[in-house]
Amino acid sequence: MIKSIKTWILVGFASLLLVACGQGGGGAGSKKSKTLDNTKKAGFVKCGVSQGLPGFSNADEAGNWTGIDVDVCRAVAAAVLGDADKVKYTPLSAKERFTALTSGEIDVLARNTTWTLSRDADIGLTFVGVNFYDGQGFMVRKASGINSVNDFRDGISACTNTGTTTELNMRDFFNSKNIKYEPIAFEKADEVVQAYDAGRCDTYTTDKSGLAAQRTKLSNPDEHKVLPETISKEPLGPVVRQGDSVWEDIVRWSLNTMIEAEEYGVNSSNASSLKDSDNPAIKRLVGAEGELGAAFGLDNDWSLRIIEQVGNYGESYKKHIADTGILPNRGPNELWTKGGILYVPPAR
Amino acid sequence: MNFRNFKLNLSNKNKDLIPQILTVLFLILVVIYFTINAQSNMGNRGISFGFGFLSQESSFDITFSLIDYDGSHTYARAFLVGLLNTILVSAIGIFFATILGVTIGIARLSQNYLVAKSAEWYVEIFRNIPLILQIFFWYFAALRALPLTVDSINFYDISFLNVKGWYVPKFVWTNFSIFFYSIIFAFISIYFLAKYAQKQRDKFGKQIPTLYISILLIIGLPFLTFLIGGVSLSFEIPELTQLSKTVYVYQGGVSIIPELISLALALSMYTATFIAENVRAGILGVSKGQKEAAASIGLTKGQILKLVVMPQALRIIIPPTTNQYLNLTKNSSLAAAIAYPDIVLVFAGTALMQTGRAIEIISITMLTYLSLSLSISVFMNWYNKKMAIKEK
Repeated sequence: MIKSIKTWILVGFASLLLVACGQGGGGAGSKKSKTLDNTKKAGFVKCGVSQGLPGFSNADEAGNWTGIDVDVCRAVAAAVLGDADKVKYTPLSAKERFTALTSGEIDVLARNTTWTLSRDADIGLTFVGVNFYDGQGFMVRKASGINSVNDFRDGISACTNTGTTTELNMRDFFNSKNIKYEPIAFEKADEVVQAYDAGRCDTYTTDKSGLAAQRTKLSNPDEHKVLPETISKEPLGPVVRQGDSVWEDIVRWSLNTMIEAEEYGVNSSNASSLKDSDNPAIKRLVGAEGELGAAFGLDNDWSLRIIEQVGNYGESYKKHIADTGILPNRGPNELWTKGGILYVPPAR
Repeated sequence: MNFRNFKLNLSNKNKDLIPQILTVLFLILVVIYFTINAQSNMGNRGISFGFGFLSQESSFDITFSLIDYDGSHTYARAFLVGLLNTILVSAIGIFFATILGVTIGIARLSQNYLVAKSAEWYVEIFRNIPLILQIFFWYFAALRALPLTVDSINFYDISFLNVKGWYVPKFVWTNFSIFFYSIIFAFISIYFLAKYAQKQRDKFGKQIPTLYISILLIIGLPFLTFLIGGVSLSFEIPELTQLSKTVYVYQGGVSIIPELISLALALSMYTATFIAENVRAGILGVSKGQKEAAASIGLTKGQILKLVVMPQALRIIIPPTTNQYLNLTKNSSLAAAIAYPDIVLVFAGTALMQTGRAIEIISITMLTYLSLSLSISVFMNWYNKKMAIKEK
């Protein structure tokens, strides 16, 4: 009899434990600014980045993350917590990234992610903007004699990453040209580079910025070139969970502030001195006019901190993409006033 | 008031049963609770749940598939491609791991010092290096060591090996089904022949040369279909084609991709070490007296191994070897690292990414591995029972 009582007690305890555990995980996103509250409580922004893509998000030997995607997270941290360094980075594979975001492991995904309809609408995500306009291209060996995508013939083998839009674009492209090809898709970018380098495939296809960045990892970068054609639109941008509109607005306007700051010539060194500028738009940007931060539950200096601690978009691009030799030419990622397509709604 | 009587009425058996039933009920409740919890959480986050995506167009291509597939087929079809590729690499792996494992296991017990020591070194090296490293080693070592397409290693002008794969001639059949049925028919005839021969031997002591007749049947019947059944076979030999100044590719024939070769190699070499140890344990587990008795009646060394030691050793070898087969099958999921399109790469990788249906896809994949493992297990248990001593 004693034995069976013990069993009963054990079963009871186990059930209590399990029910308690189950309830802990429930009901995220029901309250409006839950992510903001949690971020303030934790003291850092939980940011998902790539596993190493120079220019976008890459860690140095000391473990410091840099890149234009990283700067989005830094901007959010500066706006919300007052310190751009208060970010916890989680390196994610293409496969893991959305699950990490929807499950709450990260709050911002800044990982060169292409904005598409199905991603935006179907799987519980919201894209807040575009921080890099990219397009898919092809890299080949210079000696191959291939100078354009029109030189591809039946039987060509193409290496790429699995689980990305590039895999789909590649199929659309080769199908439209009626070329039979051999697709070889790897889980991690480093393996793609190694396999392409060893001659397993004739061409390497991914976003052009990625090609430029990965080319530096090849054993002889000078023996390879990127073909001129662009076969797809790849607007890359930060992503947040669906259902927390306040947090969504904070991330969107952190990015917009960086672009708007460049448009009005406000940068990290002159921002604080522009508080008494004659231009009301600039005054709003540096927090000297209006009550813009209150809309998100932030103070009025949120945008000034972004510009001072992270810099404007132009500074970020120059530091991470242009000066590192990845893409010295800004192309479409130039302001609309200078012939590019960067155009953000006014901050007012 | 009647409490004491009530207690007495419970037999010991019932007393044990009640907590068990309650535990099962409780477990079911927990599963239901978590399902509802997951559903409501997914609902809150705007994620829908369902398996409808399986009939949608997959719109991605796969390097290597045993059945007809391209991106215009469905996700369900892509799943099947991945599953078949997993089964293929596991089957190849199990086949070679068994041969290699048995050889090494026997070699470890050899009287020859050099043979025994080499086998020991093989086991100690390959079982102590993580499998994923071995897979990377074989893949990238192979890629670096193999020549480019234009300088392929040539086997008698019919087969070519290079960095893009191993190209072998393709069999082109006409009326293959007739040929296939003739083989099945030959096997059925052999089965009945063996039964008939056994009857003759038991009843009348008559010996029928079953072996010769069987060989005649298995070769003769299919051969006949070539002569009178309209069956013919030709070979399509891979041909070198130039795509651009330095880009060449072999077209036609069958291409065995380097990802498959290196994965099968790594899996079988790794698993063979464990099978070798099982074989060694099995042989050592047969008592010395058995061998001595067999030797004393004049059996040769080969006969002792085949007729006396192995039948007894197999009983010890089979159960742990089943484990190794299961491990090999599950380990084949590491394929994703080197782009071999198995179920993890194709379905739990690309398809998961394109659809975002993590819960659905991961559960399907888990169930698939579970059923694969259980099938192997059932087969090996059947074989084990067959090999067990039948006590009369």
